[in-house]
Amino acid sequence: MHKQTIASLAEGLRAGEFSSEELTRHFLDRIQRYNGQLNCYITVTEEAALAAAREADRRLRAGSATVLTGIPLAHKDIFCTDGVRTTCASRMLDNFIAPYDATVISAFKEAGAVMLGKTNMDEFAMGSSNETSYYGPVGNPWDMGRVPGGSSGGSAAAVAARLAPGATGTDTGGSIRQPAALCGLTGLKPTYGRVSRYGMIAFASSLDQGGPLTLTAQDAAIMMNAMAGFDERDSTSIDHPVPDYGAALEQSIEGLRIGVPGEFFGDGLAPEVRGLVEAAIRQYERMGATVEEIGLPNSRYSAPTYYVVAPAECSSNLSRFDGVRYGYRCEDPVDLMDLYKRSRGEGFGAEVKRRIMIGTYALSAGYYDAYYLKAQKLRQLISDDFKTAFEQVDVIMGPTTPTTAFAAGDKLDDPIQMYLSDIYTIAVNLAGLPAISIPCGFSNGLPAGLQIIGNYFTEARLLNIAHRYQQETDWHTHIPEAFE
Amino acid sequence: MALQRSDVEKIAHLARLAVSTEELADYTRSLSDILEFVEQMDSADVAQVAPMAHPLDAVQRLREDAVRETDQRDKFQAIAPCVEEGLYLVPKVIE
Repeated sequence: MHKQTIASLAEGLRAGEFSSEELTRHFLDRIQRYNGQLNCYITVTEEAALAAAREADRRLRAGSATVLTGIPLAHKDIFCTDGVRTTCASRMLDNFIAPYDATVISAFKEAGAVMLGKTNMDEFAMGSSNETSYYGPVGNPWDMGRVPGGSSGGSAAAVAARLAPGATGTDTGGSIRQPAALCGLTGLKPTYGRVSRYGMIAFASSLDQGGPLTLTAQDAAIMMNAMAGFDERDSTSIDHPVPDYGAALEQSIEGLRIGVPGEFFGDGLAPEVRGLVEAAIRQYERMGATVEEIGLPNSRYSAPTYYVVAPAECSSNLSRFDGVRYGYRCEDPVDLMDLYKRSRGEGFGAEVKRRIMIGTYALSAGYYDAYYLKAQKLRQLISDDFKTAFEQVDVIMGPTTPTTAFAAGDKLDDPIQMYLSDIYTIAVNLAGLPAISIPCGFSNGLPAGLQIIGNYFTEARLLNIAHRYQQETDWHTHIPEAFE
Repeated sequence: MALQRSDVEKIAHLARLAVSTEELADYTRSLSDILEFVEQMDSADVAQVAPMAHPLDAVQRLREDAVRETDQRDKFQAIAPCVEEGLYLVPKVIE
């Protein structure tokens, strides 16, 4: 059962081949068996999962089920879940029981999906390897000595190891797409404003976006149908009609115009990844697409721009963690300043503190213009490059990451090296565009990802383009040997 | 931009983060490295560019000025570190 996609499990449930309770127990057993090694779940909600499964079985019998009813899913521990610990993988929230559900969580509950638990992540979503978590690092199911990527590393490892058929993640600089690429999964970052951020603990408010991590584009479409939509409670939510993301999956891609930016195929790209990505693009040509070279000249400023904007916004968002109303409080504070400084100093990990400090500096008097304002101007230029490109092409393709999964500990000593693993994903967040990563092959047994970037609100088209490739190839069906 | 330890102390104070003397050296080094990295922005000419407020030029939505929230103080305070009679307790602020 764990080898099946959400779509096929949904059929099985409807046909009565198995119940949601059996299916849920199956995944809970696997989690019990493998989570010790992988460390991809921070909290497993066994009792609640079984209760939800039984309720789903009742709905299935009554004929009031939807496609997600009874489907077990894992949720990144950044989404507030009412009555359930929500930690953001930080000591700061180790004791935080969320008093409400995030909109994304409510949406899945209403659809009758079953929550298996909360997945591990880089602390407060800051990282690209799931090595900054207070609860320890997550292993890559394809090679336990390597990283699964981050920050949604727990969600990616859980799905890749078949400890959940699908999971939610969030993407601020690549945190859905990069782990999807390193773990052989399909990961979609929707257009900024497409998925509600209400209840999704904020890292960088102008960049954060929640999305699905699944085995297939078809499954991602199923999850998107629940996740997407206007939400009054998120003031950045865009009121744009939500299509049925699965309706156009089979559409022909004859005549699809693909743009390939030279900037994404430069020196930093590992030759084996380049080979696989180029082969994938040739596959699209065989399917009737045309390919042309485009330029994204300002994309070289993406990483510096991002590493000013994101820390600046995070320094503001994380100022709410002060030891007063919730979360970690230091012992015996002598005065208010001590309460704040030690609660935050002890509650946050090193990478989080680094980013808060960079952000604080970039926004401080005398430096705001030189750093934050300049970065926001560069952001406009980076975004304009995409606008120009989309006048000539329908989608942009390239590698999701410069290399396959790197070894644990490899980049911990050099934050800049870690930041550079997001080099192809970051510009997309800066521009607010949607993008998907799909598996396009293996090198030395490690998966590589193809990134497909679309224009605003073209998620249905991206899923269609991804689905068509998955009909002609089988990279997405491979299972890591250790978890069969 | 090479930061001095005193710069990092000031930043940590602004950010309300306690940084030990041992950590100070590490943070001074890593923050200086990051600032040097982001200074790559300086080679761009952005004089004529307006800063991006929102990728789709959306504006802040407003709503009717009517009370919609319900009082859930007890629920929210159930997870607070230190409360008494509906108030959050902190060390004395005013002598």
